[in-house]
Amino acid sequence: MSATKMKEVDVVVVGSGVVGSIMSMELASAGMSVVCLERGKQFDLGIDFHTPNVYDELKFDRHSDIFQNLARDTLTFRNNGSQTALPMREMGAFKPGEMVGGTSAHWGANARRFLPHDFAMRSRIEERYGRKFIPEDCNLQDWGLDWDEIEPYYDQFENIFGVGGKAGNLDGAIQEGGNPHEGPRSREYPNPPTRQTYQGSLFAKAARSLGYVPFQGPSAAMTQDFRNLYRVQMSQCIHGGFCSSHVCSQGAKANPLTAVLPALMRLPNFEMRALCNVLRVNKDSTGKKATGVTYIDARGNEIEQPASIVILGAYCFSNTRLLLLSGIGTPYDPSTGKGTVGRNYAYQQGGSVEIFFDDKEFNPFIGGGMVNTSIDEFNGDVIDRGPLGFIGGAYFDTSARGAAPIKGKPVPPGTPRWGSEWKHAVAQNYRRTMNIAMHGTCLSYKQNYLDLDPTYKDAFGQPLLRMTFDWHQNELRMMEYMNERCSEIGRALGGSRLGGKNKGTHFSIVGYQSTHNVGGAVMGEDPSTSVVNKYLQSWDVSNLFVVGGSAFPQQPANGPTETIGMLACWAADAIKENYVKRPGALV
Amino acid sequence: MSDNPFGASYLYLQEPEVRFLEAAVEHLIPTDDLGPGARDAGVVVYIDRQLAGSWGSHGRNYRMGPWLEGTPQQGYQSRFTPQEVYRIAIREIDQHCRTTFDRPFAQLRPEAQVEMLKALEADKIALPSLSSKFFFDLLWRNTDEGFFSDPLYGGNRDMVGWKLLGFPGLPSSQYRELLTSHEPYHAEPVSVMDVQSGKVPVDAQGFPRHVMKDR
Repeated sequence: MSATKMKEVDVVVVGSGVVGSIMSMELASAGMSVVCLERGKQFDLGIDFHTPNVYDELKFDRHSDIFQNLARDTLTFRNNGSQTALPMREMGAFKPGEMVGGTSAHWGANARRFLPHDFAMRSRIEERYGRKFIPEDCNLQDWGLDWDEIEPYYDQFENIFGVGGKAGNLDGAIQEGGNPHEGPRSREYPNPPTRQTYQGSLFAKAARSLGYVPFQGPSAAMTQDFRNLYRVQMSQCIHGGFCSSHVCSQGAKANPLTAVLPALMRLPNFEMRALCNVLRVNKDSTGKKATGVTYIDARGNEIEQPASIVILGAYCFSNTRLLLLSGIGTPYDPSTGKGTVGRNYAYQQGGSVEIFFDDKEFNPFIGGGMVNTSIDEFNGDVIDRGPLGFIGGAYFDTSARGAAPIKGKPVPPGTPRWGSEWKHAVAQNYRRTMNIAMHGTCLSYKQNYLDLDPTYKDAFGQPLLRMTFDWHQNELRMMEYMNERCSEIGRALGGSRLGGKNKGTHFSIVGYQSTHNVGGAVMGEDPSTSVVNKYLQSWDVSNLFVVGGSAFPQQPANGPTETIGMLACWAADAIKENYVKRPGALV
Repeated sequence: MSDNPFGASYLYLQEPEVRFLEAAVEHLIPTDDLGPGARDAGVVVYIDRQLAGSWGSHGRNYRMGPWLEGTPQQGYQSRFTPQEVYRIAIREIDQHCRTTFDRPFAQLRPEAQVEMLKALEADKIALPSLSSKFFFDLLWRNTDEGFFSDPLYGGNRDMVGWKLLGFPGLPSSQYRELLTSHEPYHAEPVSVMDVQSGKVPVDAQGFPRHVMKDR
């Protein structure tokens, strides 16, 4: 059966998350006709995420229908090339979203910029420590972006997502109360910083006693009622918990549903098509030009949507997989190191130190909205890692997440896993524990990559994406060091006992860690080591833009969403200001 | 069988399975000086409702073969759905108990039941069709969920799990002001079920009014 062909549009956008919604908004506002295709359902904030049902940990955190439906499509995973990859049959280490609004509809509102260092990590490491300091199998590479050219786009994103914080560096002048190690900012945050919790004040005091500079880290949950750049109103967060992995019932957490779609859906030259699974990007006979995309609609019909510009703005996995399924670019081959699609897949390192008190009681259920007190002394280029023998770093924070009763019950080390002693430990410690989380870098390696699985297929008969990934010595050494520093702060806090978590020697797909999957279609200056140029434009197909976490050459310590949003603003501007005037390669 | 708010009816579980599970979950979270355990909290009803629902047949999970065992890092690779895991494992554990002790699990002495649970957890019981640790881990995960999830799902009856923690359930609109407080906040818990059924009134924004606990 041949596909039904739709009327050609200027732009077709795949995915309706941070990237899809912002790029659709920017391009439709500039007068272009835009169709956005989303595999998930359309949700109604006032019905689907309404009180009281929204306050349900089991429904949204464990059995959620806003996460990817694995019955239709999952990925396969193995730690290394000698193993057989097997499907992720149930949701585990990460939770890609599936709804109009994307993964960020359930994000934790952690809105940190990367550091200038992060965009030029290879050059900066080579300059400071020499080429040999970088592990031989490490694909560390620069992004091809200068801080000064992208800073305005961070600013733009922050004014769309209503980020609250205190500047630590305004045009090079260090500011009291902010993060002194951040990159220079052109102006203050659009909203004030979060307030400090009891736990945050204890962390700040201990951090100061060790010579660090604590600050309230940025948050994209509203710290006051706020009308954003798109004239959309968001209300102040009440810190009722049920935040990360949930959609906020108050509309206080900025995400596509609250910050972009109310304005976007009003534009007459924009159309959202939900429940549409894109199968591939179509090319013309030269293979150098995309002609549109083919998708399966809600009724199961195969539809072709022609477009002058194609934007892949989906999750890291889907962007990479669609390139592989469409035969665009050369798939990465780990045995030769040649090829770029699927290369430089990376994740996020991390861990935590828990501090158990006998003499203090907290209100751990009050929180959410990324209320955090942080330090950045171990991030980026601040400390000399020469004698430490690792690349990368971490930031530490104490955050009020709204401790949920199924997943948020820390017990001291040595507690039995079940039985009366466990029950007593849970009752004793739920309200008497605080934790410091470490968020660490993850470099890219020759052996960690994405390709198509040779065996397993999705419900449409297309091969699943295959992830080959494991931790490397550099990251394990880094986290060992971070854990020592973090434990020092923990001891300075004066609790009775310390506990904590780390990720172990081998990456495991079991148990939630973070939805910070990056790479596979990375940006850069060299077509032999990147899939897209600095404007997120495909090197092979100039009217195709691949935007998202997929473009990160490696994972810095700070969470990815703010930078994904910045890249969406940056790429949209490149299309509006340069590409449409002179279609063709921008580099 | 203990009574439950749904009238002691079970959608999926059969009577010997209910007896097995009531005995097992009561050891995992026992009744003690801190209050009721998992059996009286309705955890078996919770498990029954979950097995009868879409999770029980892995409605949103990947179900296509081939089915290989995999490494621990590769996670759930059983070709059995949770429904099948419970049915097969309980039958095979009871069979093992009958062969070894001449009676099913539910009729063993409490100390022998605890020893059996530890052996299952340590994967020391060779069941014909699946790993005993695999079953134990699933049972423990569901017991924990049932004890601490909203009473809506049949467990955490009278919010005993939340009272154990001092978790107030649904937030109050006062949390915005309480965020920076250094004083412990103790309120009687409120569940989704309480608000849905109209038992607890809500304010204009839909937040319940918390009643402070006498301490």
